[in-house]
Amino acid sequence: MDFTLTQILHQLWIARIPIVQGLGVTMAAAALAIVAGSVLGVGVGLALTYGTRTLRWLTRAYTDFIRGTPVLVLVLASYYILGAAGVQLSPFQAGVLALAVFCSSHVGEIVRGALQAIPIGQIEAAKAIGLTFPQTFRYVLLPLAIRQVLPTWVNTAAEMVKASTLLSIIGVGDLLLASQEVISRTFMSLPFYFFAGFLYFTVNFAIEHFGRYVERKTQIPS
Amino acid sequence: MASNILEIQNLHKRFGAVEVLKGIDCAMKQGDVVCVIGSSGSGKTTMLRCINMLEDFSEGTIRIDDQDIGYEIRNGVRRRKSEKEIARQRALTGMAFQQFNLFPHMTATENIMLGLVKVKNMHRDQAHAIAEKWLDRVGLLERRDYYPGQLSGGQQQRVAIARAIAMSPKLMLFDEVTSALDPELVNEVLLVIKDLAREGMTMLLVTHEMRFAFEVSSRVIFMNQGRIGEEGDPREMFLNPKTERLAEFLKSSTFN
Amino acid sequence: MDYVLNFSVVWRSFDHLLGGLGLSLLLALGSILIGIVIGLVVSFALVSPSGIARRLAGLYVTVTRNTPLLVLVLFVYFALPDLGIRLGDIESFVATLAIYSGGYLAEVFRAGLLSVPKGLSEAGQAIGLKKMQIRLSIMMPIMFRNVLPALGSTVISLFKDTSLAAAIAVPELTFQARKINVESFRVVETWIVASLLYVCTCAVLAMIFRRVERHLAIPR
Repeated sequence: MDFTLTQILHQLWIARIPIVQGLGVTMAAAALAIVAGSVLGVGVGLALTYGTRTLRWLTRAYTDFIRGTPVLVLVLASYYILGAAGVQLSPFQAGVLALAVFCSSHVGEIVRGALQAIPIGQIEAAKAIGLTFPQTFRYVLLPLAIRQVLPTWVNTAAEMVKASTLLSIIGVGDLLLASQEVISRTFMSLPFYFFAGFLYFTVNFAIEHFGRYVERKTQIPS
Repeated sequence: MASNILEIQNLHKRFGAVEVLKGIDCAMKQGDVVCVIGSSGSGKTTMLRCINMLEDFSEGTIRIDDQDIGYEIRNGVRRRKSEKEIARQRALTGMAFQQFNLFPHMTATENIMLGLVKVKNMHRDQAHAIAEKWLDRVGLLERRDYYPGQLSGGQQQRVAIARAIAMSPKLMLFDEVTSALDPELVNEVLLVIKDLAREGMTMLLVTHEMRFAFEVSSRVIFMNQGRIGEEGDPREMFLNPKTERLAEFLKSSTFN
Repeated sequence: MDYVLNFSVVWRSFDHLLGGLGLSLLLALGSILIGIVIGLVVSFALVSPSGIARRLAGLYVTVTRNTPLLVLVLFVYFALPDLGIRLGDIESFVATLAIYSGGYLAEVFRAGLLSVPKGLSEAGQAIGLKKMQIRLSIMMPIMFRNVLPALGSTVISLFKDTSLAAAIAVPELTFQARKINVESFRVVETWIVASLLYVCTCAVLAMIFRRVERHLAIPR
């Protein structure tokens, strides 16, 4: 089918509100998943680094299981299981939950790596001046770990935006689903899939650059 | 009658099946400057690290300023003190490390202020003034806003020493503080330590710098395989070693 | 909630799940093999002295790494027919995943190339080897050993990405699981089993890579 550029732009204009709303849903889903997943992930990372043997084993089992499972399976499982269990979660909530769990396993691994990379001398120096462990964590370990974690974490954030597209499969009105609805109306597959891809690309590209900017700003002078 | 600042009695430490410290006794008065020498594996660093509980110890007692460090006997059972109590006791000593271990994300001043504000609960202004005073004492006042990454090894070590001393410890512990330094940077650190000794600071140093030990210490302890091999006046020990092990050690060291 | 775990339903359809897993592995194999070829070519372009080559390769990598795979899959399957390129569901998915993986693999190989000390290719030139010979005999064997860890984790990641083929009704593992779920309502059991199949396969892949790493390790 041949469409002229004018026809395409015309349809894009007509569909501007659903598409913008879809983009909003995508950003909301990604943002919620990133925040919830990161908070949970820090807990996972702490458990893996400082926990008792049992806690570490349990947490390891959790992360290994989640990381070995494709995100789509997590999303579908969350959608179907929660529905059957009578838990009143919308597809959006079920999807974000799955994404957050996925995010937590990655962030947990990143945090663990960053904490273990801190030279043990730092902890000893903190002990030597009389700091308790909570104090050591707050004033020494955390600031150092955050700087270490930042680049990889930004990567994970971009991954979450990409993973949010899977929510369209369970009927969440994100950017991809909104684009598909336009396509089913207008049959303009090529332009609108391309446009959707372009929007996702732009968002992720911006995230990547923002990440590098933040990294530069928080660098320790040397 | 001044009581001992440091009293170690029958200190034993085991790493699994290996006994690294086999019954150490040591006493230090206020103003004593004691250097501990010996080959690697002799246990000298381990002993130092037991004093501020960076290492646990299996048997014996360590008392600083009449307080039992790390363990107490309750109902006849030897019990490790709570983490909070141990953290509190660590403020009685100050330690300078071989690898300096300055906090890389804090300036020189902030490194010194952290303990003062968070452990001694000082007001920030007061802590700032003390930090600057000690930076000045070690000759680094104009580097007060520099980060460790911007300082040379010798400068970092001097800041690290200032960080430890600013906490007004009863006893300063030095763990081979010049071993990781380029030769031309060693002297500036030794000068700071000599200065502190002159002022009457009670210090226990593990060191390889034999000449320094000879010049500065009121007493030298030679450790060998987890025990104290010889102890005494540096002039006596270095010029007339009584045991063969010490004689061998001195021969292979940089002293002569 | 009265939900009694009953794995027998899933067990009866287990052969479907295994068939799906087999297809997942085949999809992965096909895509990754093509992706490796693409990735190698692009990685050499990324470190090439030619500015144009570097920029084009960089563009390719940036686009594939920042665009969601699902969008690419749908684009190739539904939008390309508009341009006259009509592919079957499996071919379309393999092509898409191959192009997608090319971007990631190119980065892996580029890091590998950079890890080969420059002096080695210069030594090769000094002996009189031609550029392609240097690449094949000197750089690639070393690069290959160095990239194995990153390559392993990328391959495992791409294997999990085959689940997206379910979106265009390719009967791989996730599609089969969803089918069983929808037909039997055994939600918990189906997804636990499907998940375990993926987790175990990933674990086996990881083990294989570790073994290859150990086997190829240069004695030191």
